[in-house]
Amino acid sequence: MARRIEIDPVTRIEGHARITLELGDTGRVERARFHVDQFRAFEKLAVGRPFHEMPGIMARTCGICPVSHLIAGAKAGDALLAVEIPAAAVRLRRILHLAQILQSHALSFFYLSAPDLLLGMDADPAQRNVVGLYAAAPELVRGGIALRAFGQEIIARLAGKRIHPAWVVPGGVSSPMRAEARDFVLAGIPTALDTALRTLDDFKRQLESHQEEIRSFANFPSLFLATVGEHGALEHYDGPLRLVDATGEIVADGLDPAAYREYIAEQDEPDSYMKSPYYRPRGPSAGMYRVGPLARLNAADRCGTERADRELAEFRALQRGAQLSSFHYHYARLVEIVYALEQIDALARHPEALDPRVRAQAGPNRVEGVGVAEAPRGTLIHHYRIDANGIVTWANLIIATGHNGLAMNEGLLQVAKHFVDGDRLREGMLNRVEAVIRAFDPCLSCATHELGRMPLDVRLVDARGNVVDVLRRDGA
Amino acid sequence: MSVCTLFVDGREVSAGAGETLLEVLRENGIDVPTLCNLEGLSAVGACRMCLVAVKGQGRLMPACTTRVWDHMEVTTHDERLDRYRRGVLELLFAERNHVCSVCVASGHCELQSLAAQLGMDHVRFDYLHPPLAVDASHPRFAIDHNRCILCTRCVRVCDEIEGAHTWDVAGRGVKAWVVTDLAEPWGESSTCTSCGKCVQVCPTGSLFVKGHAVGEMEKRTAFLPYLARRRKGTP
Repeated sequence: MARRIEIDPVTRIEGHARITLELGDTGRVERARFHVDQFRAFEKLAVGRPFHEMPGIMARTCGICPVSHLIAGAKAGDALLAVEIPAAAVRLRRILHLAQILQSHALSFFYLSAPDLLLGMDADPAQRNVVGLYAAAPELVRGGIALRAFGQEIIARLAGKRIHPAWVVPGGVSSPMRAEARDFVLAGIPTALDTALRTLDDFKRQLESHQEEIRSFANFPSLFLATVGEHGALEHYDGPLRLVDATGEIVADGLDPAAYREYIAEQDEPDSYMKSPYYRPRGPSAGMYRVGPLARLNAADRCGTERADRELAEFRALQRGAQLSSFHYHYARLVEIVYALEQIDALARHPEALDPRVRAQAGPNRVEGVGVAEAPRGTLIHHYRIDANGIVTWANLIIATGHNGLAMNEGLLQVAKHFVDGDRLREGMLNRVEAVIRAFDPCLSCATHELGRMPLDVRLVDARGNVVDVLRRDGA
Repeated sequence: MSVCTLFVDGREVSAGAGETLLEVLRENGIDVPTLCNLEGLSAVGACRMCLVAVKGQGRLMPACTTRVWDHMEVTTHDERLDRYRRGVLELLFAERNHVCSVCVASGHCELQSLAAQLGMDHVRFDYLHPPLAVDASHPRFAIDHNRCILCTRCVRVCDEIEGAHTWDVAGRGVKAWVVTDLAEPWGESSTCTSCGKCVQVCPTGSLFVKGHAVGEMEKRTAFLPYLARRRKGTP
């Protein structure tokens, strides 16, 4: 008899989502779906507004990665102005964006996923949170909090505030970097780098104990999409897109981000407000791709900074070809933290870091503009059309998490088939179902996340609607 | 000029006959919130923020348009007046879309500052949010009718100082809106001199210089009293 398990809400992710598992007659999972129930309508909110407001409006999409929306929105604005922005502005945008990669990755790893990784997937849910983790590993949590705070403080020093600064504007940034801000950044790097490398070493030592999760957490062949920089380097701010396959071979390279519609198709899902894009030439099934830290490390030839390159070499040695397990998103995130710190250091040391020329002035010179940035969770696309007066007439966004939609559903099915046995529900097995989603670090709506207070109510319902089993997790 | 004596909040204050109450309050450092009023422009008493209680009067009176008289007894602040002022602000916020977080004037907006100053942190009324357009047809400036509070500073500065009278108010009540010429797109106005005074005197993000992003539009009004005196031929 077919049965259905619903996990609502999925906890320790950014935003609100629900998972349904459908069990066949044998009690094994046959279908798994990830539903995003919230509706935001930012593409509609943009219509009728002057395009100079777009970075500020679009940044409100997210409280975790507002900087990525600022960057993508401002880059689309640059395209509408049809100007080349000053080099100093590019460097400052890069620093700001990397600071956000740093703080967002630290949030994902230390606050949201480390409780699973260090306390165990089957640990008491009342303890399996960052507070419980603090009791077990205070040094680690303190380091994680400090890393995130450092990223946030860099954003505040450069852009005026931690969350939703309006400093990134079409044409550049609104003010140059002050010497005090640069000194603050440079002074904080060594300690932060030390923490990041120590955490990465600890994580690598523990990989052995997560082999089952590594094997079953969305571990399948897929394409990987990411921006790459010069000479194929890891890149988060600007560059052509590259698509690699499961063997690590390049499928498409030098893709113009502005022409994304030529190679990315978007499909709607009947049971989710999240779009599911795919690589157009291969269709919705074979064209499934992943984005984000894992995809970026799989796509890049190198990081371009010393320590991150060493870590990338080790990461590559895990398996021939691309790393296919989504569990390794965690690993990739830690490598990217190291990269971000090294890169911020280099950018802040640039001899013209304090150059006052940071903004190009122009009116609208094009009626269509695309801005793409590598957000913490992957490739983020903003696309606007304007009228002759600069008023937005149409907008399309592809949020990083959306790209991963197909892969998350596929991953859910894999992990649910492996761990969920329909006869009896165990909290730990459902936690693994949630944990595979956490590995992708989805950012669904930027809803504020109330730590440890979200109750989880899972019902196993048979085809007639009878409740077979109920599992309740109260807010901790 | 004859002099009269007033009692403001129990304090004895001297004033020249013919002065407005608001002028006298300002001269004596007594703070009363205002929105539509601006030194250098005529007073219209539109916003009702400067309402004060005058003993013997059956209604509250706007300080900006009330002439003083001898032995006038005025209360500028009490629980009721502060409540009414917050209520006026709530109605302004409820009427059109004033989402500060994405406004070009955020951080430099008189409406926003007043709300913070008077402790208006909630709006009890349903937001109307009428679908209003942004007119960006002018090459340098734009008007976002969503942020307009109909203070008519733009109308007055254009008429009284610039002498162009490009701006005026059309419609009635909740449907009133400021228009350029005969409600034509601003960019097509044949009377506008593109001087930008309307933009500078606008208390909110309604009138702004194009190309400004969120929070970037700062207004400068210091020129106005000086310009007003020059227009009258006084130094």
